[in-house]
Amino acid sequence: MKKLLTVSLLGLAIAAGTAQARDYDHVRFGVDIPYEPMEYRDADGELTGFDIDLGNALCAEIGVTCEWIEQEWDGIIPGLLARNYDAIMSSMTINDERRQTVLFSDPYITIPGAWFAPAGSEIEEINEEALADKSIGVQRGTTFDSYVTDNYGSVANVSRYSTADDMVLDLQSQRLDLVFLEFIVGQVTLLENHEGEYQVVGEMVTEPEEYFGEGFGIAFRPRDEALAERFNEALATLKEDGTYDEIFERYFGEE
Amino acid sequence: MEWFNALLADNRIFTPNTIAFYWEGLVTTTQLVFLSLLVGLVLAVPLAIGRSSRHRWISLPIYVYTYVFRGTPLLIQLYIIYYGVVFFDGIQETFLWPMLREAFYPALIAFTLNTAAYTTEIFRGAIKATSRGEIEAARAYGMSPGLTMRRIILPSAFRRALPAYGNEVIFMLHASAIASVVTLMDLTGAARFVYARFYAPFEAFLFAAAIYLCLTFAILFFFRWLEKRLLAHLRPQSG
Repeated sequence: MKKLLTVSLLGLAIAAGTAQARDYDHVRFGVDIPYEPMEYRDADGELTGFDIDLGNALCAEIGVTCEWIEQEWDGIIPGLLARNYDAIMSSMTINDERRQTVLFSDPYITIPGAWFAPAGSEIEEINEEALADKSIGVQRGTTFDSYVTDNYGSVANVSRYSTADDMVLDLQSQRLDLVFLEFIVGQVTLLENHEGEYQVVGEMVTEPEEYFGEGFGIAFRPRDEALAERFNEALATLKEDGTYDEIFERYFGEE
Repeated sequence: MEWFNALLADNRIFTPNTIAFYWEGLVTTTQLVFLSLLVGLVLAVPLAIGRSSRHRWISLPIYVYTYVFRGTPLLIQLYIIYYGVVFFDGIQETFLWPMLREAFYPALIAFTLNTAAYTTEIFRGAIKATSRGEIEAARAYGMSPGLTMRRIILPSAFRRALPAYGNEVIFMLHASAIASVVTLMDLTGAARFVYARFYAPFEAFLFAAAIYLCLTFAILFFFRWLEKRLLAHLRPQSG
């Protein structure tokens, strides 16, 4: 019995060692929704958004079929490593912490973070003094969470939410004094859906690079270098032939 | 302590920073569980007496309350109370808001109501199990029903309820792990934070599990000690 176990473990080890990065003709993307306008369901329940359209265009360019798999944000990287899907295209900011675990494509968009507060908020600019004892909402485990925790965690109360929606709900019920999120997401969920009730406070945040600088990338398992390279080439092509600009304008308007 | 410092210096997860998060989480969990159990216990004693009353108009409402709170998941109760309080118009202008605004108090209310429901039923069972003979003896001594309750029924009921109540305390500790869904930085919240930031699920959650285990053992030993003292008369005689 023991011998059998040893032999089968050995066999497993060899199988694992010789497993190679395979050639993909079908790529499964992990995506966390809703994150308007990056990825969300439209009124008909169809998955849509900037990431989705760009991802599908990239797949078409490469000649592979794409599938989108929903996954909550705080388990999205373990899900990739567990092979639940082959890539993550879900507004993921490229940073060094993540680079230790996953392989990133070239950045495909850069979006600043912004502070949102109810209209008429007494907070006018963002610094330690103004944020003292204020309640700040962030999405748990995002680079925005890290940024706020590291810079203002000692003076303000940071509340961490699983989804941007929960956070917006608590901002509306006055549990939060302000929220820190991607400008684009805040623009849609707060400024456009509740006209006149909310405002951007302070400057857009794009620095330091440690948190924001590199933009969003598609994440792959480290061994799938060939796949990442195919996506990088496709991205370059789409930027050249105008497809990228067309998708960009569909969601963000003219720049 | 040197080996401990060396251990800390050797990894990127358990830095003084994240240890502080775990500590904060431990404090929040302990406060939340201790306070909800305390208030729940205080509520449960009169409720259990009322629940064992022969008058239906006293026992029925209490039965409905315990039935509802034991019949629905604590997570749902927490959501309803946390998000529900803001649906009262103008609650933000009342004196209650500074408390309800924090996630701590809605969570405390949910946990307290939940544990009070379970504890009420535990005590009711113990009160009902009081032997007729003790009550008849008390009556023969001329004790009023109130005095009988205070001197005869409650003390023996509490002792009988002890093992079951000890379990309830441990269940409450474990159930408190859901507090992080309403942004509370309890032990589980700290583990989720460390997990999300370093993508290290095993380290983050194993560490939290170890702390929960220590707390559970502390509660277990406390109740075993208490049972030894209070239930001495029930143990088989030896020697």
